[in-house]
Amino acid sequence: MHALTFTLITLAGAMVAGLVGALTGLGGGVVLVPLLTLGLGVDIRYAIGSSLVCVIATSSGAAAAFVREGFTNIRVGMFLEIATTVGALLGTVLAVYVSSSTLAVIFGIVLIFSAAQSLRQRVEHIAATEPGTLGARLRLASTYPLDGKLVSYGVTRVPVGFAMMFAAGILSALLGIGSGVVKVLAMDRAMHLPYKVSTTTSNFMIGVTAAASAGVYLHRGYINPVLVMPVVIGVLAGATLGARLLARVHVKPLRMLFTAIMIALAIEMLYQGLTKRI
Amino acid sequence: MSETADEHGHEDFALEQRLGTLLRGGVILSAAVTLIGGIMFLASHGNAPVSYHTFSGEPEGLRTVGGVVEGVVHGDSISIIQLGVLLLIATPIARVLFSVLGFARERDWMYVACSTLVLALLLYGLVHGG
Repeated sequence: MHALTFTLITLAGAMVAGLVGALTGLGGGVVLVPLLTLGLGVDIRYAIGSSLVCVIATSSGAAAAFVREGFTNIRVGMFLEIATTVGALLGTVLAVYVSSSTLAVIFGIVLIFSAAQSLRQRVEHIAATEPGTLGARLRLASTYPLDGKLVSYGVTRVPVGFAMMFAAGILSALLGIGSGVVKVLAMDRAMHLPYKVSTTTSNFMIGVTAAASAGVYLHRGYINPVLVMPVVIGVLAGATLGARLLARVHVKPLRMLFTAIMIALAIEMLYQGLTKRI
Repeated sequence: MSETADEHGHEDFALEQRLGTLLRGGVILSAAVTLIGGIMFLASHGNAPVSYHTFSGEPEGLRTVGGVVEGVVHGDSISIIQLGVLLLIATPIARVLFSVLGFARERDWMYVACSTLVLALLLYGLVHGG
C-alpha cells in the first residue's frame, strides 16, 4: 500500500477509535490496538507503540476540562503513580518475553472485562479515613463539588489500591492501553473514592503511566513516525468530537452498540491469538 | 475536614487549573509539529510503499532524543514527526515536574518526595530506555 493511501485509511480508523473511546469512557487504546492489528495488519508491537502515544495525547488533552470540574485528587494520583510507573517499566521488560499471540489473548481478556465494566451500575460509597491508616498518614482525604457544595471524602484500603495500580501499570505497558478501567476500579471499588474523583484522577494518571513505557518503547524502535502521525491526529480528532457529543446528545444506545463492537473485537483478538495468527 | 486540608485543596486546585491549560497547550503543539512533519513526508514520499506487517524496529536516529533532534536540524520530515511524539511524551513529564515545584511551594515534603520519585522513573525510561 502507498504511504498516502495507508495514512488516509489509518486516519479514518483512528478517528473512529478516538470517538468510541471517548463515548464508552474506555479511552482510545483498547479500540485502536485491535483496529491496527486486525484491521490493517500492523505488527502488534508497532500498534502498541502508536497506541501509547495516543493514550498520552487524549489524557493530557482532556486534563484541562477535567480540572475545571475540580475533581482530581492530585495526592492520590501522585502517590499511586509510583505503583503505575514501576509497573509500566516492569511491563516493558516483560514485553520482551511475551509472544505476540499471548499478547493478543491477554488483550482479548482485558477488552471483554473492560466492556463489561463500562455497563456496570455505579454504586457510590463515600468512606471516612480511619485514623492511623496509610490513607490518614498520606493525607489523602479531600473534598469534591457535589450539587454546588464541597463534600468531604476519605480513602480506605490504600495498599490494595496500590497493588492494583501496579497491575494497571504492567497491563498498560504490555498492551499499549491506558488501563483506565483497572485504575478506576482501584480507586472507586478498593479505595472508595467518589466515582467522579476516580475517573478524573485516573485520567491524570493515564498520561504519566503511558509516558513511562512510551519512553522505553521509543528506544526499542516500536514507535514508527509514519504510522504514528495519522493515528495521533485521528484519535485526537475523534476524542474531541466524542467529548462534544457526550455533552450534547443522549449517548446510551450508542454506548451499548460500541460495547457490543468491543466484545466482538475481543473475541476476534482471542481467536487470532489462540490460533497463533497474530 | 480540617481547615488546612481545605486550604491545601484550594491551592492544589489553582495549580491544577494552570497545569491543565499547560498540558492542552503541549498536546496542541505536538499535534501541530506531527502534522507538519507528516504533510512534508507525504508531499515527498506519498507514493512510497509502506508495510507494518513485520516488525523491524525503527532506525537508531529515530530512537533517541539526540538522534531525533539531529534529524530535525537536517530538515528530515520523519524526524519532525518523531519530535512531535517526543513533545507529547514530554507533556506528562512536565506535569509531574510542575507538581514537584507546586508541592515544594506548599512545603509538603512527603509529596515532593513522591512526585520526584515518579519524575525520576519517567526520565529513566526516556533517557535509558528501561
